Amino acid sequence: MTEYTFTEQKDTRSGFGQGLLELGRANPKVVALCADLTGSLKMEAFEKEFPERFFQTGIAEANMIGIAAGLATGGHIPFTGTFANFSTGRVYDQIRQSVAYSEKNVKICASHAGLTLGEDGATHQILEDIGMMKMLPHMVVINPCDYNQTRAATMAVADYDGPVYLRFGRPKVPVFTPASQEFIIGQALLLNEGSDVSIFATGHLVWEAIQAGILLEKKGISAEIINIHTIKPLDAAAVLKSVAKTGCVVTAEEHMMNGGLGDSIAQLLALSLPAPVEMVAVNDKFGESGTPAQLMEKYGLNAASIVEKAISVIQRKK
Amino acid sequence: MPAIHELEKIAAQVRRDVLRMVHAVQSGHPGGALGATEFMVALYFEIMNHRPDNFTMEGSDEDLFFLSNGHLSAAWYSVLARSGYFNIQELSTFRKLNSRLQGHPATAEGIPGVRIASGSLGQGLSVSIGAAVSKKLNGDKGLVFTLMGDGEMDEGQIWEASMYAAGKKVDNLIATIDNNGQQIDGPTDKVMPLGSLKNKWEAFGWDVIEMPGNDMTIVVEGLNNARQRCGKGKPVAIIMHSEMGHGVDFMAGTHHWHGVPPDNDQLARALAQLEESLGDY
Repeated sequence: MTEYTFTEQKDTRSGFGQGLLELGRANPKVVALCADLTGSLKMEAFEKEFPERFFQTGIAEANMIGIAAGLATGGHIPFTGTFANFSTGRVYDQIRQSVAYSEKNVKICASHAGLTLGEDGATHQILEDIGMMKMLPHMVVINPCDYNQTRAATMAVADYDGPVYLRFGRPKVPVFTPASQEFIIGQALLLNEGSDVSIFATGHLVWEAIQAGILLEKKGISAEIINIHTIKPLDAAAVLKSVAKTGCVVTAEEHMMNGGLGDSIAQLLALSLPAPVEMVAVNDKFGESGTPAQLMEKYGLNAASIVEKAISVIQRKK
Repeated sequence: MPAIHELEKIAAQVRRDVLRMVHAVQSGHPGGALGATEFMVALYFEIMNHRPDNFTMEGSDEDLFFLSNGHLSAAWYSVLARSGYFNIQELSTFRKLNSRLQGHPATAEGIPGVRIASGSLGQGLSVSIGAAVSKKLNGDKGLVFTLMGDGEMDEGQIWEASMYAAGKKVDNLIATIDNNGQQIDGPTDKVMPLGSLKNKWEAFGWDVIEMPGNDMTIVVEGLNNARQRCGKGKPVAIIMHSEMGHGVDFMAGTHHWHGVPPDNDQLARALAQLEESLGDY
């Protein structure tokens, strides 16, 4: 098992804030909009340094998305910021018509995704956002795993001409990807080579997948671990190559089973390379209040669940 | 600068185009399109600085127009074609398979003159604000125009955008509300009473003009007046009192023709009231 270590834990949203600030310095066309959550989105540094390129819209997300589409029409590169819930479900029609169908170069940046938002409860813990966004034609969907990868992803999407949904979160999690690692949209990252099972993880579950790999190794199981930071377009070649070798799959994500990464991978395999799949995800339930750790434990989004599913899916291989 | 009677001739031809387009596919929205014809003709043939023969998405140093109530597409497509954005023969493809002239405006097929999809209501004012702010950032002196329906005022996003534009002093923006008093289910007073639009928009902080919408002289004057009021710290709203179905006696003043095409006999009766001034497509 390849060793991964970390010296600090940081929130992925801070990676976004840092990436946005660096983008602001590098590209005068980059502008940012926020719907009254500047502190939570870590956009204060950008606002302070580039006040003329920062647009506070108040608690009016629909208007924010429309203004972003207009700014993109004029050749600017707008980054909108609010919680994942208010970035997607609340403004689905605005994104659908004014951004995705109109092919506007808008970057929809969404923090506090999933259960790890914690105590605020299910009103704010969106678990359907990846599904909603990946169903939209033209939309790229990215869910990085740590601070460094979120910073790199933020900078990379500015160079891509088209709508992007960039999803990140609230809690501090281990920073284990190299700060210098290039972010290539749509390219899966092989974290550990293995032969018995393929584990495809995204976002906060990537670190859990690594921990699961260590536990599985102790049980004599060789897990191939792949970080799928881009859910759409999915790196089909990387997925198929791995599954051709291992013959079975566990997917892991902080999202609803319907519409998530697991669903994308199951669809690909059903069409191209049928193989048993188990999914670590929330199955048709809303979240609830609790600490992030308690919630991930209760809803089974952790290394122990990945281990359990891996053992189970290996037994389903013919 | 065309004389008023020249603009009126163009308007008559645009109305013919609208009726023939919706008749040909037996679908579309003639009522609102006929009511806003003077406005669109005045805008594209008199008021806006624009480059029909060299369309770019950014429209740098041009005035831009965003149609928020996208169901008025037939009139807009006619005005775009007649002002030189694309060949008028293409109007015959309206709402047909593989056409660039989608039922509601869209950018995906690359039709020159269209910068955003519209149809799902309430979004165009926000987009126009973004385009206006982009112009300010670019030091571009062009203005941004948009047209909304009065029924569209039912949408909450309109008021989010209204608050933003005034609060943030987006004063290179002219938003017109097509106040024909009709929407799909009936008169606006009955479906969702709007109260005083003038008082509402003034209370939100806009510079508000009211004008009749089907007298070409007054529409041109009103739009010129609005242009003069830009750059003074407030966005400008025009409440345009128009008549749905204007120009065809049996279509005028009722919501019945919001989304109903004429049959053969009705088309003939309607066209008889409108001069073929520029030649049908």
